Amino acid sequence: MSNVPGDLKYSKDHEWIRIEEDGTCTVGVTDHAQAALGDLVFVELPEVGSTLAEGDACAVVESVKAASDVYSPLTGEVTAVNEALADAPELVNTDAYGEGWIYRMSLDSEGEVEELMSAEEYLALLEDQD
Amino acid sequence: MTEKLIFESSREGRRATAQAPLRQRVDLPDHLRRNTPPLLPQVSELQTVRHFTRLSQMNFSIDTHVYPLGSCTMKYNPRGCNTLAMLPGFLARHPLSHESMGQGFLQTMYELQDMLKEVTGMKGVSLTPMAGAQGEFAGVAMIKAYHDARGDSARNEILVPDAAHGTNPATAVMCGCKVVEIPTDDQGDVDLEELRKAVGPQTAGIMLTNPSTLGVFERHIEEVRGIVHDAGGLLYYDGANLNAILGKVRPGDMGFDVIHMNLHKTFSTPHGGGGPGSGAVGVGERLLPYMPIPVVGKDGDTYRWLDEKDIPGTIGRLSAFMGNAGVLLRAYIYMRMLGRDGMSRVSEYATLNANYVMVRLRDAGFDLAFPRRRASHEFIISLKRQARELGVTAMDFAKSLLDYGFHAPTTYFPLLVPECLLIEPTETEAKEDLDGFVEAMVAILAESAHDPEKVKGAPYTTPVRRLDDVKAARQLDLVYNPASADA
Repeated sequence: MSNVPGDLKYSKDHEWIRIEEDGTCTVGVTDHAQAALGDLVFVELPEVGSTLAEGDACAVVESVKAASDVYSPLTGEVTAVNEALADAPELVNTDAYGEGWIYRMSLDSEGEVEELMSAEEYLALLEDQD
Repeated sequence: MTEKLIFESSREGRRATAQAPLRQRVDLPDHLRRNTPPLLPQVSELQTVRHFTRLSQMNFSIDTHVYPLGSCTMKYNPRGCNTLAMLPGFLARHPLSHESMGQGFLQTMYELQDMLKEVTGMKGVSLTPMAGAQGEFAGVAMIKAYHDARGDSARNEILVPDAAHGTNPATAVMCGCKVVEIPTDDQGDVDLEELRKAVGPQTAGIMLTNPSTLGVFERHIEEVRGIVHDAGGLLYYDGANLNAILGKVRPGDMGFDVIHMNLHKTFSTPHGGGGPGSGAVGVGERLLPYMPIPVVGKDGDTYRWLDEKDIPGTIGRLSAFMGNAGVLLRAYIYMRMLGRDGMSRVSEYATLNANYVMVRLRDAGFDLAFPRRRASHEFIISLKRQARELGVTAMDFAKSLLDYGFHAPTTYFPLLVPECLLIEPTETEAKEDLDGFVEAMVAILAESAHDPEKVKGAPYTTPVRRLDDVKAARQLDLVYNPASADA
């Protein structure tokens, strides 16, 4: 069964979102997503300073099986990206919720956070899809 | 058993007479001639012959093995096509020779254009795209040119079903369009409600493969055509799966405005390994003014190249001359050998073979991705259940099939179906060979239950065992470097 930490928010496209103390959000792909993709060989990161609308394709995770878009779960501006993934895309596989984070963004509207799924809701979605 | 690179056998001064360059007078000025030898390996003729013969013996190919690689249509390439395409008059013809010197060649190309028009129901054909991806590019470039010519340039969205080949969205992006993905319903058809929501004054067109990569015929094609045309968009037919409908249904009759044909699939020219392909395009009335050049035309009894003067709205040239002539000739001969009736037999046997294998695998306990649908020329099984229960994946089945003497089907594509194998036997396999494939699958399934570790370790009989594909992708190493070989 996939690891779904209770303190994070989730999107239907298998991204996780952590609300940081300074009000920004960190985004990555879930343990379920990395397991489905298999060993990653490349991560294309968004550009710092670019503005994203909710649902925009903003990054690409590529494994030997498939290349998959990462969709921005929220609207805002990219404030940081995980440069370490350029040389070590496998961090997404080994530590999806930690060192495998993809980018950080500021939020235009905190209301959007309410739309995201809780851990329980995301688990239910995974069971549904199975 | 592995084979050294031929560069590793190189010794200073060793020569192969058959490969030595001809010492003949050339008219190039001195300053344009190279005076250093090319960096070719220095090996004897016999070393060269043995090296390449051994490599060819390691191949899994259509000439040696059943090759049910879904979506690739790896059918037999009749030897007669090679023989006739290599007649001296074709081989020695220079692409810049005068039209009067190559009327025979031009006539074959003119007739090939006509046959492709007839079999697809389109109004014009250009043979110039060098491969499927370039055919796609030409197709969408023509759609853009059509909208631009009407002052309708705001149309910049291309709709692509989520079952599409990856080349479709790539093509749209290369043509400066935005890709809008359309979901598929649970029976493998385009989701019409979502399509209706997606179309509008921004819609340039839709790219559709029919039958789709899910191995089923799009049943709502007429509604799809209506929705897209009513919104002002055009319909693009990806010809990847044309083999399934050859001589039965024509894309032109389905309402498509443009099609690319992979002659290396449907019309049986050799393919794979990045060799020369052919992505001929066919167009309906609306796109005739934009066809890529050159096209072969006919004035009275004389054939000639049509260029910018004849087709002023053309999207232009896609290659130095006109496509891969040798490939086009093989397709022409193949079609002439089949004749009109033969075209229908291609699709009949391709679909019969696919459905036969599908039903036998279903009865043997495999899960079909679309159990309620009849297969087209290919079908999908999902090994999700086996992966969960036995820990044996689609990739393990694929590798294990090699030990049974079968090329693996396409794995993990389309992306919509987890742990999938996309199986396309083609029309050229005998029933015993199809049965052999089914028996191999059944044997692997049995092995997966009582000795899953063995299946996970396959292949055991191939020159190279399981490759580290992750390492290969992360640490690309494509260039031979003598210094590193000595180290």
